[in-house]
Amino acid sequence: MPSLNRSLVGLHLPVGEPYEVALEHVRAFASALGDENALYRDPAAARAAGYPHAIAPPTFAQVVSAAGRRALFAHPELGLRYERILHSEQRFRYERPIVVGDVLTTAYAITEIALKGRHELLAWDAEIRDAEGELVCTASGSILSRETA
Amino acid sequence: VKPAPGTRLPRFRATITRLDLVRYCGAAGDFNPIHWSERHAAAAGLPTVIAHGMVTMGMAMRAVTDWCGDPGRVIECGVRFARVVPVPDDDGGAELDVAGVVVRLDENGNAVVALTVTNGGGEVLTGAYAVVRP
Repeated sequence: MPSLNRSLVGLHLPVGEPYEVALEHVRAFASALGDENALYRDPAAARAAGYPHAIAPPTFAQVVSAAGRRALFAHPELGLRYERILHSEQRFRYERPIVVGDVLTTAYAITEIALKGRHELLAWDAEIRDAEGELVCTASGSILSRETA
Repeated sequence: VKPAPGTRLPRFRATITRLDLVRYCGAAGDFNPIHWSERHAAAAGLPTVIAHGMVTMGMAMRAVTDWCGDPGRVIECGVRFARVVPVPDDDGGAELDVAGVVVRLDENGNAVVALTVTNGGGEVLTGAYAVVRP
């Protein structure tokens, strides 16, 4: 008996609190990946490369969009159990890099809930927009709910 | 300069230790205990603590950004997580090996890079790619 509620496909979740991109957080994230690239760390180097401030690594959108994803996973009608989650797929499409000082909001939509053998798949699109409402990044992802089918 | 299709990226190798996972937990705000607790990993049916998929993806993209120099040129990237990366509780950690090749230039002259990411000889990601603007 599948545990995920298929009637939620197509649901758009409420947009959460804005995420403000801070230099020290970008540095800490880059450091956790062992990445010394100056464009993540040195605002002057990033400006010399044509950016308004230090930029964030390509996978940083996952951090910006984390609170919304937690809200999605915890949706009271979804039926997802946290300990069953295994990340299945992730994709980022950037209109421009995320830069320090950005104030970003993320809008989640559930795009698919499906059976995958003994597992269930939950897929989403997340649109990350800046304070002017311009699209910065589309983050599409999916998880498997392990052995809940 | 536009890279020619067939151009190989410099090989990228990384070691992931338990400490790296703890650092990533803090930096990314992802405290799922299967990434730091043997007990929780076992309860979830895993052989040991496993790396965050996003650590593996982050390392894969390092091969691309180290190559192109300016990470802001990566306009798209994606992966499928095919196998978990077990991270033993020792000083050696887990080895990741990332190979990349420019498979084509798209209609805008962007380089489409295909990535092969292995741990212990097995591919841990499938369909891993990045699109890098000129």
